[in-house]
Amino acid sequence: MKNLLDFERPIYDLKKRLDDLRRQASIHPVGVDVEDEIRRIEVKIIETSKQIFTNLTPWQRVQLARHPKRPFTLDYLASAFTDFNELHGDRLYAEDRAVVGGFARLGGKKVVVIGTQKGRDTKENIRRNFGSAHPEGYRKALRLMRLADKFGLPIITLIDTAGAYPGIGAEERHIAEAIAVNLREMMLLRVPTIAAVIGEGGSGGALGIGVTDRVLILENAYYSVISPEGCAAILWKDRAAAPKAAEALKITARHLLELGLVDDVIPEPLGGAHTQPAAAGQTLRESLLRHLAELEQKPLPELLKQRYDRFRALGRFSESVPVAA
Amino acid sequence: MMTTTFTKKTLGLETVEPAVTPPPTTAAEPSFVKKPKLGGGKSKKRDIPEGLWVKCKKCGNLVYDKELDETLKVCPRCQYHFQIGPRDRVLSLVEPGSFEEMDANLVSVDILGFAGMASYVSKLADNQKKTGEKDAVLTGVGMIGEHKVALGIMDFSFIGGSMGSVVGEKITRLIERGTAEELPVIVISTSGGARMYEGMFSLMQMAKTCGALAYLAEARLPYISVLTHNTYAGVMASFASVGDLILAEPGAEIGFAGARVIKDTTQAELPPGFQTAEFLLDHGLIDAVIHRKDLKKQLIEYLDFLTARFRPAPPTT
Ligand SMILES: [Zn+2]
Repeated sequence: MKNLLDFERPIYDLKKRLDDLRRQASIHPVGVDVEDEIRRIEVKIIETSKQIFTNLTPWQRVQLARHPKRPFTLDYLASAFTDFNELHGDRLYAEDRAVVGGFARLGGKKVVVIGTQKGRDTKENIRRNFGSAHPEGYRKALRLMRLADKFGLPIITLIDTAGAYPGIGAEERHIAEAIAVNLREMMLLRVPTIAAVIGEGGSGGALGIGVTDRVLILENAYYSVISPEGCAAILWKDRAAAPKAAEALKITARHLLELGLVDDVIPEPLGGAHTQPAAAGQTLRESLLRHLAELEQKPLPELLKQRYDRFRALGRFSESVPVAA
Repeated sequence: MMTTTFTKKTLGLETVEPAVTPPPTTAAEPSFVKKPKLGGGKSKKRDIPEGLWVKCKKCGNLVYDKELDETLKVCPRCQYHFQIGPRDRVLSLVEPGSFEEMDANLVSVDILGFAGMASYVSKLADNQKKTGEKDAVLTGVGMIGEHKVALGIMDFSFIGGSMGSVVGEKITRLIERGTAEELPVIVISTSGGARMYEGMFSLMQMAKTCGALAYLAEARLPYISVLTHNTYAGVMASFASVGDLILAEPGAEIGFAGARVIKDTTQAELPPGFQTAEFLLDHGLIDAVIHRKDLKKQLIEYLDFLTARFRPAPPTT
């Protein structure tokens, strides 16, 4: 089967057997023993899934985060949100389809949603540039965030990118500046803001839409300062050491929550978001609504101060008291 | 008068088309009458050992290192700008005796228990020994001409000038002090990017520093970013790119992604002079390319304007 990860194989095999038995049962009547076998396999699928998915290595989670069948931003816009009404362009240079944004309703609340968007097949991936934005994507995002700020709409960003695009045009049009300006401007937006890492949180390209009041992450998503492969190439001199780098960098949802780098982990259906995308969408909606309800209670000065303090507190170092002269 | 012309050949690029630095705003002699002599700073000599001939990385000529101290570590033949340590930079910019260092006691910790080929702890120890510094940035307040400024200077020789929690915290405190005391902030950057040994804590320094700059900007206080060889990735995509003025030293290589990564990703031929200070100037990304010997004079001139503070006349009653 296409897109099957190694560690998904035992579950896939069980499901295939289950399907065969069910088909058999639907074609002609079967005995009690077959029906028992069906029930036995159903239980085994759940047990095996639990066994595998509660013990995933960081590298396996990276693979899940990159799973081609994983729900992307537009999928969540259809499952967790309603009435998505896309707005285009940075008003400067181009329409960057690696970033989508526009109005949407979240359980009846009117919000602006912005997210990085991957493609599901080659054609779509070329259109979406594999979810890696150019400067125009970050500038479109900022334009929409300013629109939201001006008209008092909460902002939800969905992050799923391997990183900002490393290209000649991106450099010529100053992608570093586009990201940096977003980091600065997002700190002052006068509306509640929430980011959710739904797949890959690739470094500055993710952070460029990630300076928000709350930073949430899906259970099998990751968020990292550098790709595991990139880190492995530098520190192990071997990209194949990516699993080791994934472990060392502490990039999984659990690790990030423990370190205080994210505010909440959104559970995924057993087997990963791609196995039950609708359920994943519903969980995301509930989580966003809960956090949004909390943020909406805060007076603006408090909201802004807490946003600043949230990021201000991130960093670990030792500071010895200087000896008095 | 700045007349130096940098050709792409001097920048290590084998073409003859000249890439000219912009003319200075005013013709003037260097602002310091007595040239500050480098090497008197607390920092140890590292890239250039004492009493040696140094081979220029661009023109290949041998330069006596004492001569480089006289020229602020600029090749007298081809004007190649060698990297310069933060304490030497203070000597070249700040009025003697006026520099008050901040947060000198901040030290990085191995928060992730980073297990790579080499441990972060030993990497830190090696770099502290090599540079005599605790981490990759020096911050403080001092006088540049008649302007009291909050000044941060990065140090490439400390783990490639990478930004972890200490760099982010020191820069943030510097900016916050600027906001609190109404001081202009100047940061001279050189960095390979975020420090991966601190994982996501490093990435978050980008947000932290830019957040502090948001409030500095709200207070309408000047922030000048000076880009030096080389400045990339996490530093470039954060505080280095949001200056009210963004200046660069001649020939400095500056960018978001490394040239090799771009080449590998795009399979494209990189344009001549790609990611040099002059390339950024030609593409409208920075305000000016400024020779090191003119930096102090230019900073004073810029600060004169940025602190002029025109206020409309009060309404007549
Ligand atoms: Zn030279």
